[in-house]
Amino acid sequence: MALLQIAEPGQSAAPHQHKLAAGIDLGTTNSLVATVRSGEAKTLVNQQGRDMLPSVVRYTQDGVVVGDAAMAAAIDDAQNTIVSVKRLMGKGYSETAALTHQVPYRLVDQQGLVAIDTVQGVKNPVEVSAEILATLANTASETLGGELNGVVITVPAYFDDAQRQATKDAARLAGLNVLRLLNEPTAAALAYGLDSGQEGVIAVYDLGGGTFDISILRLRRGVFEVLATGGDSALGGDDFDHAIVDYLKQQSGEATLSHQQTRQYLITARQIKEQLTDSDSVSFSLPLATGVFNGNLNRTGFEQLIAPLVKKTIRACRQVLRDAGLNRDDIVKVVMVGGSTRVPLVRHQVAEFFASEPLTSIDPDKVVAIGAAIQANVLVGNKADGDTLLLDVIPLSLGLETMGGLSEKIIPRNTVIPVARAQEFTTFKDGQTAMALHVVQGERELVDDCRSLARFELRGIPPMPAGGAHIRVTFQVDADGLLSVTAQEKSSGVQANIQVKPSYGLSDEQVATMLKGSMQYARQDMQLRLLREQQVEAERVLEAVTQALRADAALLSASELSAIEQALTELSQVKQGEDTAAIKAAIEHTNHLTDDFAARRMDQSIRTALTGHNVDEV
Amino acid sequence: MNYFQLFNLPAKFDLDLTELGSRYLKLQKQFHPDQHSSGSERDKLLAVQHTANINDAYHSLKQPLLRAEHLLALRGLKISHEQRSFTDPLFLMQQMELREQLAEIDQSDDPDSVIDSIDEQLQQQKKVLQHQLADALDAETAEQDQLAADLIRKLKFFYKLQQELELIEQQLQD
Repeated sequence: MALLQIAEPGQSAAPHQHKLAAGIDLGTTNSLVATVRSGEAKTLVNQQGRDMLPSVVRYTQDGVVVGDAAMAAAIDDAQNTIVSVKRLMGKGYSETAALTHQVPYRLVDQQGLVAIDTVQGVKNPVEVSAEILATLANTASETLGGELNGVVITVPAYFDDAQRQATKDAARLAGLNVLRLLNEPTAAALAYGLDSGQEGVIAVYDLGGGTFDISILRLRRGVFEVLATGGDSALGGDDFDHAIVDYLKQQSGEATLSHQQTRQYLITARQIKEQLTDSDSVSFSLPLATGVFNGNLNRTGFEQLIAPLVKKTIRACRQVLRDAGLNRDDIVKVVMVGGSTRVPLVRHQVAEFFASEPLTSIDPDKVVAIGAAIQANVLVGNKADGDTLLLDVIPLSLGLETMGGLSEKIIPRNTVIPVARAQEFTTFKDGQTAMALHVVQGERELVDDCRSLARFELRGIPPMPAGGAHIRVTFQVDADGLLSVTAQEKSSGVQANIQVKPSYGLSDEQVATMLKGSMQYARQDMQLRLLREQQVEAERVLEAVTQALRADAALLSASELSAIEQALTELSQVKQGEDTAAIKAAIEHTNHLTDDFAARRMDQSIRTALTGHNVDEV
Repeated sequence: MNYFQLFNLPAKFDLDLTELGSRYLKLQKQFHPDQHSSGSERDKLLAVQHTANINDAYHSLKQPLLRAEHLLALRGLKISHEQRSFTDPLFLMQQMELREQLAEIDQSDDPDSVIDSIDEQLQQQKKVLQHQLADALDAETAEQDQLAADLIRKLKFFYKLQQELELIEQQLQD
């Protein structure tokens, strides 16, 4: 009916072609890939027969190893074996100072961003994550027998803009087409809700290796509506391990650890944690600089170590209920997600807070990937009926720096996305032609206490007396939770030129350089890839506009119609060739000619969407 | 943009929120970017923009104060965000009294009951003002619209107090 719906597979040229799509859970500790086959979402196993891929990447002299093989070298080659890289995503070097003593590799400053010095040179977290994503995509391609058309990648709901952008960059670097970044608790709710048919308000408590999310969702007739979300993107099972390591160091009297020892202690800590799920007490032995230390830890002792951390998560649960405007007894079910929810203390505390036994029958390690696969299958176009609808929110407020270093909130947290909010600014000097904006994310009053996202510089404002220019800056957050900013001077209609300097992200140029530099994309591949992308986009445009003309040519004048038809003919001719720039230009020309048409159709379809419901006559 | 028109609902303060909600979901199901992920780049962008509009419209109509402001804006009356001085001494006095009560909560032996009592007063006052607001907006005259604008400003004070009260309650709980 609408222009936008036309590319649906039911109406497309090849209606029954099944597209290959996968959902990827890019976790701190483990990562998984899942897909929908014969109507059922399942995780995929690699050649070693495992579906859980340790999120570990090892750089060696002659290559890269990912997963179990990398994990096996974690102690012997600690400096080149990166674990829990997710904790570094979208982080500045200065922000990760606390981690320097916790990790057995060398963190370095890469133009303000954190990176790791390896035997293969400096690698940033985006590059490391891309290796994990590529490995998973490979497993999927091999299993499904073809290249993936698109993937859904999950991120913690509490990830900020920089962390989300870094994840998307990693996918680009791995050569993947990202259909959507999906919040982990939302993915879990989707998998659980579709499977159980549960309706009503549920809480998803997601404690993973490095991140914690708590989301409140309302489920009704296929609509998954996030009411509020909260959490901590730097709190997880890793922190439990570190708490145990501190205890081990104290007990063994070993004040400073070598790289190997650090890794050894971390691995022992994790084993102790895991064993204490079923046992009341665990004995362990640790290598010292000289000799061996034997000790043991019981569950009560362990629980004392992690109690402050668990308490932090409960505090977040209280806050998120408030944000949702709900009481504990409004929650009909608490779903537990993430490996760290196996810890008995976590289960007890969550059960006590919500006054109900949390649901643990679903596999906390797999449910997120399954949900992502279900959504990927829908988004790639394999399921024509748009039965499910995911309405998500922005986890942290977006603000602008104002006088005195204060943050003025433009989009408050828990606002439903996509969202667009405009703000007006004026010049304070005669003839002023440029203006700087600083966008931050977070709840605190002071800009310094929030996370700096980007600095924008507006240029090309027409010179006017002070206060004469009115610049309308629009902040738009898309369904992935990613921000984009546009600006326009109102009286002249001049589109101000915006230069973005992400505070903790890679610029487009940097990503492009990384793409070119990566082994996977030799120069020729890269160009071929860009050509293919444009050809696919040209096809989409042709299909969409042709369908639109078939349905609504009546909305156009004769001259408009013939101009569009001519543009389509040109586009389909150029598309056959191999001139990427020419195809791009032809697409832009067609888009430009059909902008008004698309808008008219959109208005018309909004009107018709609600007919049969007419209350005007009331 | 006329938000009432978007949802095809009559431009009145008294709104059927259930109906609004179901229409919102209907529009979302059609326009959400997820329904258009295989479309062209331009179409995807349009979907984001339209959904953002729909979200904004829903957000504004759902809340009584924003709904009232939108109604007045449609009638050409913009509520200025600057503080306008009130000429209503009774109202100002009442505000001061309520503020004092808020400030004294932490000195009370039984803060919970004080909070409950203030909350009740606030709810009561809000209800009264909201009724007056609905009547003023229904009249659709320039004079009554001005009155409505005044009532909105007053209501904002009560919403603010409500927020502060909730904050105090949270601090006591934590």
